[in-house]
Amino acid sequence: MNPEDGTRVMTTTTRKSTHRKPLEILLEALVRVAGYSAVVFVALIFIFLMREALPTFNEISISELFSRRWYPIEDYFGTLPLLTGSLVITLGAALIAVPFGLMTAVYISEIAPRWLREFLKPLVEVLGGIPSVVLGFLGILVLAPLVREILHIPTGLTAFTGAVLLAGMAIPTIVSVAEDALDTVPKSYRDAALALGATRWQTIWRITVPAARSGVLTATMLGIGRAIGETMTVMMVTGNAPQIASGLSAIFMPLRTMTATIAAEMGEVANGSVHYHALFYIGLALFLISLTVNLTASAVLFRARRRSERLLS
Amino acid sequence: MTLQPTFQIEMLNFHYGATQALHNVSIDIMPREITALIGPSGCGKSTFLRCLNRMNDTIPDTEISGRIRLEGRDIYAPDADTTELRQRVGLVFQRPNPFPQSIFDNVAFGPRVLGTVSGRNLQELVEDSLRGAALWDEVATTLTSPALSLSLGQQQRLCIARLLAVKPDVILMDEPCSALDPIATTKVEELMRQLKEQYTIVVVTHSMQQAARVSDKTGFFWLGELVEFDETNTIFTRPTVQRTEEYITGRFG
Ligand SMILES: Nc1ncnc2c1ncn2[C@@H]1O[C@H](COP(=O)(O)OP(=O)(O)OP(=O)(O)O)[C@@H](O)[C@H]1O
Ligand SMILES: [Mg+2]
Repeated sequence: MNPEDGTRVMTTTTRKSTHRKPLEILLEALVRVAGYSAVVFVALIFIFLMREALPTFNEISISELFSRRWYPIEDYFGTLPLLTGSLVITLGAALIAVPFGLMTAVYISEIAPRWLREFLKPLVEVLGGIPSVVLGFLGILVLAPLVREILHIPTGLTAFTGAVLLAGMAIPTIVSVAEDALDTVPKSYRDAALALGATRWQTIWRITVPAARSGVLTATMLGIGRAIGETMTVMMVTGNAPQIASGLSAIFMPLRTMTATIAAEMGEVANGSVHYHALFYIGLALFLISLTVNLTASAVLFRARRRSERLLS
Repeated sequence: MTLQPTFQIEMLNFHYGATQALHNVSIDIMPREITALIGPSGCGKSTFLRCLNRMNDTIPDTEISGRIRLEGRDIYAPDADTTELRQRVGLVFQRPNPFPQSIFDNVAFGPRVLGTVSGRNLQELVEDSLRGAALWDEVATTLTSPALSLSLGQQQRLCIARLLAVKPDVILMDEPCSALDPIATTKVEELMRQLKEQYTIVVVTHSMQQAARVSDKTGFFWLGELVEFDETNTIFTRPTVQRTEEYITGRFG
């Protein structure tokens, strides 16, 4: 390398940057502030949660926190039923939403004729935008009575009802993200499979869907993420009884989730009381759970993306 | 005794919507020969090739008329089975298009879909196919590595191996060397000469030299018509139509 070259390059770049200076610097500062503020907000939320939740560990013993009875008026602060409640509903919703959402995405992107696709795609987006209170309302008025009558159970406000509605909320997300992923699979893969004598189904299941797998995974994670954080619908249709789910029949009984507990009780609780701290402890637990889910998802995606980048480079 | 042609094509017309891409094409393609198709860009060579294994079916708004018979049977008959046809008549694309999977899985795709072989036999079939495509020596120890990590020339031979694994009768090639460097091109051409012993080959090419080097018969397409079709030797030394001569000598096209 010729040292003279180096200096010349340096002078040109300096001249360039002085040239565009004012606007560049302003824009860069704005973008930087926006970027940092996201981190700062998350940190602040976390600190606030910690501050309000940590006293719980002095006021309530760990074994009490993980006991099976949540009845704050009489000082029972067992969060286990809420935890299992959230788990049952989220899992139930995922079990319904993931297969259904993926199949719908495959149908829209691979099978439906063009005019139907142009109609279904915006429809899915609209469905995704329905506020969850509206869905909860529909759940109370339509789905709950239906569940009660069909299954002959005392109340239709059950975990199952909640899971179905949550699935309904997650499905549009899953469909739209997965459909985009399937859409970006090169036509040449499909052509290659068809030209080898594969049927349309074999092409879809053996080539197109696996080729879109990282996008499909993202779709699943985003859908489940939406289900975990959902409050309103769940509060409205699950019956809100903090009972421990035991056995399969629990699916058709009322239960209560962590989110619904916070939403329902936070308004009435005395600031700084044991109950108040316990609710924040639940919030902290939720925060950590969704953080873990998201980190796992992005780690998996990151690995998948790096692998495909290595292949394509 | 005269040989029965592999493909008999009569008065083939093909439309994309309102534009007609093929006009009254009639041609016989003989078994165990390499038939080269040449002609300027947009004259319908790829369209013609895709008619032979019905890959045009995947393009909406198209219309075909005329008759194409494979060993005497109309491949566009209402009861004809397109998947079976495509297993018998394989297509090598212009750009190598291996699946984003391992080398082994690429070659095994066809047999697995057909469900005919498995286990030990599948491994043998994969090896045979890779040998048939003159790729085995280069990949024997890396069968599980991703197909997309191969060089383009290797990828194209992998696509040929993938096709051999379904045991076709006919191999269609659409400008198989246009994305390859001269050395990879030579390898594919050598491979074509070997494959000719067992398969009927139809190849579209923009390279006169390639057509002259490898093919037995050559057809010249121009504006959707088959202008001239004859022994490659004849086409390149004494073409009967003036346009053919002009194209071959590079005066237009
Ligand atoms: N999918 C398609 N939809 C509409 N028109 C098409 C399509 N494919 C090809 N055509 C048209 O049909 C005509 C023939 O195209 P074709 O691809 O068969 O030519 P070609 O001889 O293979 O050209 P090239 O040498 O550039 O590959 C062209 O006018 C082209 O514009
Ligand atoms: Mg072409």
